[in-house]
Amino acid sequence: MIRAGAPVLLDVRELEASIGDKPILKGVSLEVRAGEVHAIMGPNGSGKSTLAKLLSGHPAYSVTRGSVAYRGSDLLGLSPEARAQAGLFLGFQYPVEIPGVSNAQFLRLAYNSVQAARGAEELDPLEFDDLVREKLALVDMDPSFLERNVNEGFSGGEKKRNEILQMALLEPVLALLDETDSGLDIDALRVVAGGVNSLAGADNAIVLVTHYQRLLNYIEPDYVHVMEGGQIIKTGDKALALELEARGYDWVRAEFDAARAAA
Amino acid sequence: MSAVIQDLVNRPYEAGFVTPIEADVAPRGLSEETIRLISAKKREPDWLLEFRLQAYRHWLTMSEPKWPNVHYPPIDFQDIIYYAAPKPKKLKSMDEVDPELMRTFEKLGVPMNERAALAGVAVDVIFDSVSVATTYKQKLAEVGIIFCSISEAVASHPELVRKYLGSVVPPADNYYAALNSAVFTDGSFCFIPKGVKCPMDLSTYFRINTQDSGQFERTLIVAEEGAAVSYLEGCTAPKFDTNQLHAAVVELVALDHADIKYSTVQNWYAGDENGVGGIFNFVTKRGLCKGASSKISWTQVETGSAITWKYPSCVLLGDNSIGEFYSVALTNHRQQADTGTKMIHLGNNTRSRIISKGISAGHSNNSYRGLVKIGAKADNARNYSQCDSMLIGSRCGANTFPYIQVRNRSAQVEHEATTSKIGEDQLFYFASRGVGAEEAVSMIINGFCKDVFQQLPMEFAVEATKLLGLKLEGSVG
Repeated sequence: MIRAGAPVLLDVRELEASIGDKPILKGVSLEVRAGEVHAIMGPNGSGKSTLAKLLSGHPAYSVTRGSVAYRGSDLLGLSPEARAQAGLFLGFQYPVEIPGVSNAQFLRLAYNSVQAARGAEELDPLEFDDLVREKLALVDMDPSFLERNVNEGFSGGEKKRNEILQMALLEPVLALLDETDSGLDIDALRVVAGGVNSLAGADNAIVLVTHYQRLLNYIEPDYVHVMEGGQIIKTGDKALALELEARGYDWVRAEFDAARAAA
Repeated sequence: MSAVIQDLVNRPYEAGFVTPIEADVAPRGLSEETIRLISAKKREPDWLLEFRLQAYRHWLTMSEPKWPNVHYPPIDFQDIIYYAAPKPKKLKSMDEVDPELMRTFEKLGVPMNERAALAGVAVDVIFDSVSVATTYKQKLAEVGIIFCSISEAVASHPELVRKYLGSVVPPADNYYAALNSAVFTDGSFCFIPKGVKCPMDLSTYFRINTQDSGQFERTLIVAEEGAAVSYLEGCTAPKFDTNQLHAAVVELVALDHADIKYSTVQNWYAGDENGVGGIFNFVTKRGLCKGASSKISWTQVETGSAITWKYPSCVLLGDNSIGEFYSVALTNHRQQADTGTKMIHLGNNTRSRIISKGISAGHSNNSYRGLVKIGAKADNARNYSQCDSMLIGSRCGANTFPYIQVRNRSAQVEHEATTSKIGEDQLFYFASRGVGAEEAVSMIINGFCKDVFQQLPMEFAVEATKLLGLKLEGSVG
């Protein structure tokens, strides 16, 4: 939902970043306001997953230029856990398996860490159990998932639902969902999208990183950005996603190059 | 984040200090004279001197084992002090204990004084080879339990010591057991008579104090028919640059229906991050389930020592006897551990269970080595083994060497093994949910070690959890 005057949650300016010596992001600017849903699309290797991970503080990337403000203050100086505690959430493309740690323990530790940082009440295992069971329904997960080790032996769809379950528990201000739709069959996609939609509100924002338009049939974006070669080369509304589906990405690149040549 | 893991694992050893107490020290080196000196200092009977001399003569014919997966420079056995004792004093109460010594214990957090009482723990404190103070002895004596230093036991109950000493680990058993049998200076003796369940956990804290004094502790625990005891051993040592040899022998004997539970939390100095210094821990621990339906359970949390070479074992001689081994072995920096167990099934319907958790960080190398042996006459023997390894970072190593020898067709032997790794990905996953590296590692490690920690007495489990956290600070990142 686009509202004039809604507070700016994320302000990325001319961001350049590299992994090792290899530049990945080559000047990305993006503004996300409360209530908005953004989709970042683009071919493989365009830098869209890098952007999501970098914003969450992944240690593999180093910022070489530009700035990122989150709710008006510098984001890049914060540790990844401090970013999460401040309300940033990354839904992983490939959720990580944690051997020896039950999902219930992990979820409660995450929940309480974020609650503590917000000065809100931490929950003991029993109280937490009530809360998490309520949230499980949102992503149509069986309570037996709580007893299994984090993501260990989960199917692709189960892992993604587990990500949305975490999002539901942590109630992020800004959720970055990295290819949450990849590897999902149509039923799982519907469940995951339903979960995301129920978490979207006027005070938070969602940035979807995706390859395909099909997720956008279920989650309607306010903005669609096309990323290529480490830059956002076009921004439009949901119609752009449909056009990309029909025509591919090449024409956007051609248009961008022509505009740059003209300038 | 690598730097974070590094810092986490690289905390300096917190118990690194030397207590300046005047020691009564034997000259360096090993000879029959040294052994006669030790025996004389301790006013031992002739049979014990003979036991020592025979062990020594046998030791001279043996050579150091080379099969463990550990590497260290040759040990100069002539450069070791084999006897160091605090000046002998008659102590009537804890108040008379050297205040310096008490401060040492306080630094180590040894629960003596009221703390011991509150915790319900009797502490037989070994300080540089000679027992300094024994608490609760009276209370235990009321139910007929003997819990004292082995030197005291030699004087007061020579018939018991003579009957059982060397009955589980014979002097010629292996190189270090032979050395220990020749030169052991002190240790603990515990005797639980028929039908008595020990009313409290028994605990001994060891501390190596005089620089270069090899420690050769000897522990003997005997549980008669229907008796039960839970024994706790906790260790720590001050920081030194030269390696210290520790070659203890622990023998457990369980008669019919007896139950012995032996728990260890070991945190000896492991050397610095380059592997300089640290304890060599070459220990022989073995329990004999001599009687029918007896049970011996070993639980160990091994976090210290430069090199650990240790296989707490069970010989299941009595029919229906049970042997258990629960182990967490953590290595960091340049530490090397080759540890595991042996379950020797000789009686019918004997059962054993092995749960081993190895954690390797830094440049360390951690090996599990275990033998399950089913004798030809052991009908319906069963064993279950589970060996899990966890790697932290990418410069450490983990190995599993299971040996299974079955000579009876009715045996059921199961072995499971897994390897997992904590790396940047796991830590970033935790971080992206608001959880810092230290908490993340602690949660992963505790989850990994849960099956073993459950076996520890409560207060030990808490200590063990903290210890692992401390040991791994800075190792993940």
